[in-house]
Amino acid sequence: MFMVCSNYSLEPTPVLRLADFPLKLELPLFTAQVPAGFPSPADDHIEGKLDLNEHLVRRPAATFFVRASGESMRGAGIFDGDLLIIDRGVTPQPDDIVIAVLQGDLTVKRLKKVGGQWHLAAENNDYPTLPMGEGDCEVWGVVTHSIRRHCGR
Amino acid sequence: MATFALVDCNNFYASCERLFQPRLRGRPVVVLSNNDGCVIARSNEAKALGVGMGAPMFKIRKLVEEHDIAVCSSNYALYGDISDRVMSVLGSSAPAHEVYSIDECFLDLDRLGVPDLTDWCRDLREHTLQWTGIPVSVGVGPTKTLSKLANRLAKKSAKAGGVLDLVQHPQWIDAALRKTPVCDVWGVGRRWTVMLEERGIHTAHDFANAPDGWVRQRMGVVGLRTVHELRGLVCHALEDQPPPKQTTCCSRTFGKAIFDKGQVHDAVMSFAERAAEKVRCSGQVAGAAQLFIRTDPFAQDAPQKSVSGSATFHRPTADTREIGATVMRIFERIWRDGYGWRKAGVLLLDLGPPGHAPVSLFDVIHVPDDGLMKAMDQINARYGRGTARLGLAQKDGEWHMRRENLSPSFTTRWGDIPSAKTG
Repeated sequence: MFMVCSNYSLEPTPVLRLADFPLKLELPLFTAQVPAGFPSPADDHIEGKLDLNEHLVRRPAATFFVRASGESMRGAGIFDGDLLIIDRGVTPQPDDIVIAVLQGDLTVKRLKKVGGQWHLAAENNDYPTLPMGEGDCEVWGVVTHSIRRHCGR
Repeated sequence: MATFALVDCNNFYASCERLFQPRLRGRPVVVLSNNDGCVIARSNEAKALGVGMGAPMFKIRKLVEEHDIAVCSSNYALYGDISDRVMSVLGSSAPAHEVYSIDECFLDLDRLGVPDLTDWCRDLREHTLQWTGIPVSVGVGPTKTLSKLANRLAKKSAKAGGVLDLVQHPQWIDAALRKTPVCDVWGVGRRWTVMLEERGIHTAHDFANAPDGWVRQRMGVVGLRTVHELRGLVCHALEDQPPPKQTTCCSRTFGKAIFDKGQVHDAVMSFAERAAEKVRCSGQVAGAAQLFIRTDPFAQDAPQKSVSGSATFHRPTADTREIGATVMRIFERIWRDGYGWRKAGVLLLDLGPPGHAPVSLFDVIHVPDDGLMKAMDQINARYGRGTARLGLAQKDGEWHMRRENLSPSFTTRWGDIPSAKTG
């Protein structure tokens, strides 16, 4: 169960190497290893590593992960089981995908503004668009990314 | 003028529970201590129902049923993570900060240079709430003690809107002191309260006006500092670098009294593992280990016993294998049959930076640094505590804490992240 190996490194691999928690994936720009003899001509040009955190998480203190459940946001490219990255530091604007609190539950919706009135809409005609401001309903955070697994291995 | 703020999270544990369970909003919520023993946190609704701090669960069971109070076991994985987030937001907003507890943070706002300090504090509240989902109150004063006093009043008064600023409004200090019972002054404990009340000192205002000589004689320099701070003289500066720990401890009260040696052994071994992990996490090594086990002092008809023992390492270490073996030896030495053990703990002492102790010629280094500990810590960080262990103890013993209403580790475990319906 620990066959997760995602931290490529220029160093020789020790006993067991795991990605640091949380979600720290470092991909080196150069992976050529020279066992002995000539130094790599690329050594002087290494520019650091790509950190997926840097790309996906701008405000760590305000960033939360939520799992999407259900199919009614397909129109927005969000599928059942997708991992959503929520940045509460982003102020919601019309057409943002958001996590909203609806009757005590967390839901994924698209935020709409029609004639000065905020609405929560699903990307699916079977679900009604709900005007906000009625009952228990508020934006919890803005979805900045969704991550889908394409290979279960 | 010196300007301190104390930012305190409102009903912190209850607020954390509500963040990912919006159904709990508006509903009274209580959080229980380890082993689900007694109430350690209450939402405002629960306070209004008269649930007392520290009330044992069995005494409020009826109230819980009558008023549909939500009861949560304490979830420190969640509270710790949310606390880190709040502290990071506060720390990046102010010129200097000191994390005072899991839900309190002092800010030094001396060099802030904003036109309206009260407005700035209101913005800070908004900002913290938006980013972390946690409501906070802010008290501002010319000393730490006054900022703490202001915070308490900010929380109590609906009018204050969560901010009381005694620096921009020094004319309110007098009334604030009069409104604060002396027992609620920072640093005044129960013993001092009794002594002060007996002498007719009931409020912070009375205390601030007590003569220096008298205070010094009765309460020493510590008490005198508190009085000076109430008068606006800075005696306590921000401590932004906590001193490195000298000891670390991992102890638990068991779910019930345990007579079986194997069970207690397992518990003790897991505490040794956890304590070793803590020491490694702080980048230190331990010079000695201590183990204690004791019976339940409240079970008055059962035989009482408390035993402990300690041992010094040949060389300071943070390796679970060495620490585990040493604690095991202590355990064998101090174990007594026939008692219902209720609590045990492992302390690691003489903590210090690694590599300072010289290796003597005759030192036998039993355990090479082969990276095993590091790999183990990484696995446990990723997949949850206790995933990779050394086979010192079985995972689910009777000694485990009772946590019947534990919420998921929403922010620290992949398997536990909240889900949101798309419909």
